[in-house]
This record gives sequence, C-alpha cells and structure tokens, in this order.
Amino acid sequence: MRSFHGGIHPNDGKALSRNSPIELLAAPEQVVIPLSMHIGAPAKPRVSVGDSVSVGTVIGEAATGVAGISAPVHSSVSGSVSAVEERLHPNGRRIVSVVIDNDFRDTYDASVVPQVIDERDYSTDIIRILHAAGVVGMGGATFPAHYKLASGLNRADTLIINGAECEPFITSDHRVLLEDTDAVLRGIRHLRRALGLEKAILAVEANKADAITLLREKLKGTDDIEVRVLKTRYPQGSEKQLIQSVTGRLVPSGKLPADVNCVVFNVYTAWSLNQAIETGLPVIDRVVTVSGPGIVRPKNLRIRLGTPVRAALKAAGGLKEDTRKVLLGGPMMGNAIYDLDVPVIKGTNSIVALSPEQIHHNSEVEGSCIRCGRCISVCPMLLQPVYLYAYERKDKLDDLKKLNIMDCMECGSCAYTCPGRLHLVQAIRSGKAKIRALPQ
Amino acid sequence: MNDTQRKLIVSSSPHLHGDEDTRSIMLDVIVALIPALAVATYIFGVRALALALVCCAACVIFEWGYRFLLKKPDSVLDLSAVVTGLLLSYCLPVTVPLWAAVIGSGFAIIVVKQLFGGIGKNIMNPALAGRAFMFSWPVIMTHWVGPRAYSNFFDFSLADAVTGATPLAALFNGNLPEMTLLEKLVGQSGGSMGEISTFALLLGGIYLIWRGIISWRIPVIYTATVFIVAFLFPVGEIARFDWALWNICSGGLALGAIFMATDYTTSPVTSRGQVIYAVGCGLLTLFIRYFGSYPEGVSYAILVMNACTWLLDKAGKRKVYGEAH
Repeated sequence: MRSFHGGIHPNDGKALSRNSPIELLAAPEQVVIPLSMHIGAPAKPRVSVGDSVSVGTVIGEAATGVAGISAPVHSSVSGSVSAVEERLHPNGRRIVSVVIDNDFRDTYDASVVPQVIDERDYSTDIIRILHAAGVVGMGGATFPAHYKLASGLNRADTLIINGAECEPFITSDHRVLLEDTDAVLRGIRHLRRALGLEKAILAVEANKADAITLLREKLKGTDDIEVRVLKTRYPQGSEKQLIQSVTGRLVPSGKLPADVNCVVFNVYTAWSLNQAIETGLPVIDRVVTVSGPGIVRPKNLRIRLGTPVRAALKAAGGLKEDTRKVLLGGPMMGNAIYDLDVPVIKGTNSIVALSPEQIHHNSEVEGSCIRCGRCISVCPMLLQPVYLYAYERKDKLDDLKKLNIMDCMECGSCAYTCPGRLHLVQAIRSGKAKIRALPQ
Repeated sequence: MNDTQRKLIVSSSPHLHGDEDTRSIMLDVIVALIPALAVATYIFGVRALALALVCCAACVIFEWGYRFLLKKPDSVLDLSAVVTGLLLSYCLPVTVPLWAAVIGSGFAIIVVKQLFGGIGKNIMNPALAGRAFMFSWPVIMTHWVGPRAYSNFFDFSLADAVTGATPLAALFNGNLPEMTLLEKLVGQSGGSMGEISTFALLLGGIYLIWRGIISWRIPVIYTATVFIVAFLFPVGEIARFDWALWNICSGGLALGAIFMATDYTTSPVTSRGQVIYAVGCGLLTLFIRYFGSYPEGVSYAILVMNACTWLLDKAGKRKVYGEAH
C-alpha cells in the first residue's frame, strides 16, 4: 500500500460508535445558525427579526468578496427569525448568526425541488447546484465545494473521494458509506461527470473493512469508481497526504490540488451533492459522531445545523460525571469548547468527550526537548518541528521561514509523539501568526 | 453534576498524546544496558557491579544536588542521570579507584550537562566527556586486568588480578590478539568493563531498535565505515579481513556505536545529518587508532562529531513536502 511520509497510529477508538446506525436527532426548539460555516467570506444576512422561514430558505447570501470564495446559508427548520446577532461560534469567536424559533411544522421552502441537470452543460449545472445548496468540504475543512470543482475543470485528471476518516473516534463517514452507499455513489458519479473523467477513486482506510466489502459488491461490473484501500495511519485523510498516497504526486507549497491535476471531495460532500440534486435540499443537517470515553452512550446522529451541542450530548446519554473536555472535530485537530450551547455547523463531523486520564496526559507540564527526532520522523510535511519550536521561542522569524513553517497544517503528529511533551503545535501556530503579522 | 455547573477545559490541539515519555525511553536504555553489565560482573567480579552502582549513585546525587541548590525543578526521575552513570562506568577500566569514578561523574553531570542547561542542552555526551576528563589520571585509566583474573568473585580490590593487554593494543602492535574472535565477542577479554562483550551490547542494540528508541542508521553506518576503511588499509601481517573484523569487534566500538553515538541530544536529528555524523565517527575512530599515540579512537571520535551536530543538522535539512527539487 502506497502511503504518505511519517504519520502516527493512535488508538482509534472507533469501536465505540462504528456499529451504531445513524439516528435522527429531533430538531430543537431554537436553532442558532452562524453565517460563517465555511472558509472564505461570511454570508450576508438575508432575513431580519420576525421573518418567517421554511426548511431550506436562504438566510445568508454568499458574499461576492475575495475571489468569490463563500457559501450561502440556509434555514434548517421552519419558523420565525427571533434574532440576527453575534453568537458564540464553535471556533471561540462571536459570529453573526441567525436565531430561528422552530414551529415544528417542517414546511419546505419553494426552492426545495428536485434538480434537473442540463446534459449539455453538466459541469456548469453541478457547480450551480453545489453553490446554491451551500455545499462545503464536509470532512471538516469546509472549503466551498463549487469553487473547488470549478478549480479542477479542464485540469483535473484524477478525482479522489476522501473516505479515509483518519481521526480517532469519528465514524460518521463510515456510517454514511454503510447506510447510504447508493446515494454516495450517485453523488460521486455526478462529480465525476462534471469533471469529464472516466473514473473516480474512492479512498477508504483499511480499518473500515465492512464498508470496503459493501462498496466492492455494489460496484461489481462497473469500472467508473475504484475503491482504493489505504493504510490506517493518521493523517491519511489530510488532502495533501491523500493525494500523495493515491497518486504519488506532491502539491507544491502554497498551491492547490488542482495544480497537480487532482480534485478531492469528502464522502459526505458527495452525499450532500446527491441530496441537493435529488430532493433539492441544501445542507441543513449532517451526520455527527458523538463519541469518546467521556460519553455515556456513543452514537452517530443526524443533526440539524444550529442545534446546540448540549442537545446532541443529551441524546447520547450525556457526559460522564468526570468529563472535563469536549471537542468539536477529532482529538487531533478538533477545537475544545467551553460552552455546550455552541451550535452544530457544517464542519462538525464529531463531538468528542475525553476521559480525565487523556486530559491529564495532555496537560502535563512542558518538559525538555531531548532532541530525539521523533517529531521529524512523524511529520507528514517533512518539516523539522524541533527546530521550528526552538526558533519560535527565540523569535527567529527568518529561520522559521527558511524551514517552511507556513507549510505546517497543524496535524499534531509531532506533539502527539513528543516524549518531552513540548507544545510544538502551539509554538508553530504562534510562529505562523508572528510571520503573518510582519509588514509585507 | 449538571452541565451548567461543569467547568470545561480548553486547550490547543492535539488533545491526545502517545504514552512514551523521556522516562520510559531512559528506562528502555537502562534495560538494553543490562546484558553488558551482567557480562562485566561475570568477567571482572563484584567490583564491576559496584563501580556501575557508584557511578549511577554519584550521577543521580550530583544531578539532584545541583538542581536543588539552584532551585531548579528536580529532574532525577527522568532517569537520564542513571543512564549517564551506567555509560560512564562502562567505559572505565574495572580497577579505577572509586573516588576517581565519583569525580568523573561529577564532571559529566555538573560541567557537561547541567551547566549547559540540563537534559537536552549539553553539546557533548556527558559520559564520554566525563571519561575524557578522567584521563587526567592516565595511569589509572589504562590499568587493564584480564578476564576472570581475580582470585575470587568477591575480590573487591582486584589487587592480585593479573594485568593484561587489550585486544586493540595487541592488534595495533601488528599481532592478532591471543584469543579467538568468539572469545572476544562473548567478552572473554580485557578492556573497559562495559565494552568487552560485543554480543551483550548487540543484544541491547537490537532491543533499542526493536523498541523504536534508536534507528539502525548511526550504529550500522558507523560500524560499516570502520569495517570498510580498515579492510582497505590493513596493518602488518594481518589478513585484511581479519584486521577489519577485529577492528569492529574490539575497543569501545560496539558500546560507542550503539549507546554513545546514538545519544539523542548530541547527535543530529535529521537523517542525512545522521549519515554524515556516523561516517565521520567511523573515519575519526580509525584516524585516531592508526595515528594516535594510544589505539582507542571511539570516545574522542564521538566527542568531536558531537560538536558538529548542529552544523550537520543544517547540512542535513531535507526537502519538505512539495518543495521544488
């Protein structure tokens, strides 16, 4: 199996939720939907207090700002807008959000109708649908999908569908692959046709054997989607590493996958596109794994966007008595939250609660670097974290640039493996921020 | 407790951490050093064990005392001082007076390690630098006794022990040592107490590689360099293959290549840097063996290469992912 450089293999903890079928979480009385759930310019509010909205109504319009990288935002329930104001976002900042009181009627917006694709201009139509439905990179990166597809037009010779799901605990894509296989495959075929390619590669880590078997069965007799089994190794699902594992190509520093003729979409992005085509529904909910040793009954839930994390936790039996850390996203790259009322958003693939032992391990006092070099051997970007750390502490910004600090994607492999418990990722983040703050 | 009272901890990712820490690594090194200590005790009697314990105790006490007096956080529990103590004792003749061993330990821990800032900050291997310092007393540092030369196992003074030349000394006088290679490999030979059995050291080395503590790179390339260069330039009447083989099996080479040259702090972290470093160690070892006034090059070769570590890391910088070639 071809793979990427370095990486780590933590205990994946996926057994906690891998066999739990996706359950529907009832919509809450009130949803709080941030107008920024994607990379790029935040959407502009298109509703005001008192407006009534339906499921799928556009509440935030995609901004036309920087290179058009933005995405629209839709209502996930029907009801009335009770506030348009700054609310706490999972990223810790306050972001303009639309607060909607649910009337529990679930009426659909008039725009929610199955889409007909113009066979003569397939790609333009798919781009339009992706954009209108607010589809973003659903693996957690949340880069607007229409923009990505457009960047690959006439350039991409390889379409990779990312089903690696390499972060510990997360099983949402795994469950979608198992339970909604056909919808995912149809979504992949739309993307493949839009790019004018003969074949798409669906890349799945070897730890999802049941999904791999099922997919191969469904794909028997066809040759337009190849299931590629990847080594179970973190961060296999990182875009650059995935491209390297699948094609052997390396995306140059500061360039896009399209520059090496690749386009990568997440499994759930393909699923969301399929839903937008077949039902007309934009992204109004998503599958979220609620798991980790701090959760009473780990499970996978389909949750409306804007639902407070608290409601999702309750549906999973709540937090254990001694749980003190809740993450949105996986334990390697996810954000720790301090307020359980922050909403589930497009990029929330999981809610993970850690055990006291894990927290203790993580919050030990920073020790000394013994120069063991483990951080160097695990770095998938082939950087030298030990020196990035040392130079950052001494504010040697030129040296940091020479060592390509900006290429660090903060996967955390170095800090995971460091026997001295150095805060390597924090130091690198701080170094990057110092460089960004330099006058250009 | 309900969720509104619950205080959540916020910290930067990653939120998981591997189990390995500095202490567990040092523990692995100590385990890897045990076979050589067992052989030393068998060959030289109880004094070998005592010397090892004295060095360890001295290193730990110096480390603790220094940091206590300077009000720095205690670091004894990371076990690195124990490793330094063991390694220092391994490269001493078993007859060395205990007071000298204590002074050597003090130099290693205080001057070489702590004055530079403690673990991870020293620029030379503390054990080797301690040994080099102890050559202030050249006579006691070159007083070798032969294998099982004591009158009884518990003969602590070793006063009656028969002195004997080390294999390396014989070799560089142009003669094959008076023992078979197998005898040398299992440790039936004179020499520093921890270096005599190549097999025991190799066992420890394989353990360290298996546990992922060290990479094969430095020990293998170091040894290969010595073998190849020795093969090209045999001395006297000795067949070149025998010459090369005896060169890699004698002296402190196995101890140096497996346990000293691989010291994290004083060897390069980049793989290319490690290759240059290992070749450098090999070349310098032979240079000293061929041209030095006394035929033991390993420790000084490593100390010199230690000093180049920072430079080698710069030279060894690899191309990052996607960087133009």
